[in-house]
Amino acid sequence: MKRIGVYLISLIFFFQSPLFSYSSNPKDFVNELVIEAITKLSDKNLNKLQKEAFVEEVALENVDINALGLYTLGELRKSASESDISDYQKSFEKYFLKSLTSRLTDYSESEFEVLGEDKKSSNYTIVNSKVTPTDGGPEIKIDWRIYTKNPDKPLIRDLIVEGLSLARTQKEEFASILSSNNNDIKILISKLQEFVNK
Amino acid sequence: MHIFKNLKIALIILILTSGAHIETKATEECFEGVSRSIFKFNMAFDDLILEPIANGYNKLPEPIKNGTSNFTSNIAVLLSIPNSLLQGNISQVGHSTGSFIVNSTVGILGIFNPAEKIGLKPYKEDVGQTLGAYGVGPGCYLVLPILGPSTARDSFGLVADTFIDPFAHVTIRENELFGISGNDLDYFSVKGTTAIDFRADNSKNFDSLEKNSIDLYSSLKSVYLQDRENKIRNSIEDQDEWGNLDN
Repeated sequence: MKRIGVYLISLIFFFQSPLFSYSSNPKDFVNELVIEAITKLSDKNLNKLQKEAFVEEVALENVDINALGLYTLGELRKSASESDISDYQKSFEKYFLKSLTSRLTDYSESEFEVLGEDKKSSNYTIVNSKVTPTDGGPEIKIDWRIYTKNPDKPLIRDLIVEGLSLARTQKEEFASILSSNNNDIKILISKLQEFVNK
Repeated sequence: MHIFKNLKIALIILILTSGAHIETKATEECFEGVSRSIFKFNMAFDDLILEPIANGYNKLPEPIKNGTSNFTSNIAVLLSIPNSLLQGNISQVGHSTGSFIVNSTVGILGIFNPAEKIGLKPYKEDVGQTLGAYGVGPGCYLVLPILGPSTARDSFGLVADTFIDPFAHVTIRENELFGISGNDLDYFSVKGTTAIDFRADNSKNFDSLEKNSIDLYSSLKSVYLQDRENKIRNSIEDQDEWGNLDN
């Protein structure tokens, strides 16, 4: 009972701590967010569920999952029905959170450094960074596409890893699934659900 | 003469199957069913042979891995020199040539990489990139047995590479260059080691992509095509494709 009590108290403390307020400057925003993510994900005192909860909270607050979902749907977002889009968005969010947790966990044993930023327009800033795995693996360049339409609340829209856009890769993967299935969005939704449930 | 006749036919096929635009985004499949079957074979080959070797390679001491990687990279630079020249990029010719000379001598046959320390960049250019730089589009997408993702242009480039690569010239063509010659085994040993080194370096990335893809075939296709576009442009260009989602 005592252990359960300690666990519950630590959970409450974990969720109530002011984790998710980052700077509105894109460069600082990325730096603070990633440093905190690496610290949390490599913290041996946190269990898998706590780490997943952390990633989900941070992603829901700081990634433009709604826009990302629509972007990855491609042209179909213009012709699909509202209810299909809504179902798709729900499944996409779960899919995205699961794959993000998995990806971040894979790269949590790394050192992170923000190198600079490039303001592309009033809506976008690209933040350049590099990740150096502590296991001696090669250095990885990561650019962050930050949506800055609301300058007080920057949002992540894409990660460009060594020049490869994760959003574009996702979009082309979904496009292939759709084209093999007569552009049936329901099949794409079922594939997303399969991934979440596996 | 027979070789040149075949190359001419291949070039005509290439021009017919590729558009003259490097901006082509959604590259069509040549024969998707066949490519997916070859992809399955390649994945099985990777699971049974390449990945276990790459895992073993990753367990080697760092100096041995670095030395091997430097050695294969140094030989690969040889292909860049004629290609950079064909692209009219004199700065790259200088960097690649300088890098090869410094690493082959001071760097003891390329095992060490002192060229990097003096600011010489070993650019990687091939015939596929050269054709891309001339405006030849990728053509249709296909998967080659063992070699993996490719396009009509890049497949043609792979064959053409063996005609202009000085290393292929002295190994598989068995010609002598500056008193040096080799054989097929030398060529394929180096290419095989390059593949193992690449697979070992990207072990975590492959695992992550495999684990997080719904359709791995399409994910790898996208990654390959994006990578080739970047290599042809020689830059990582930000492509704003978000359109009306910005509003």
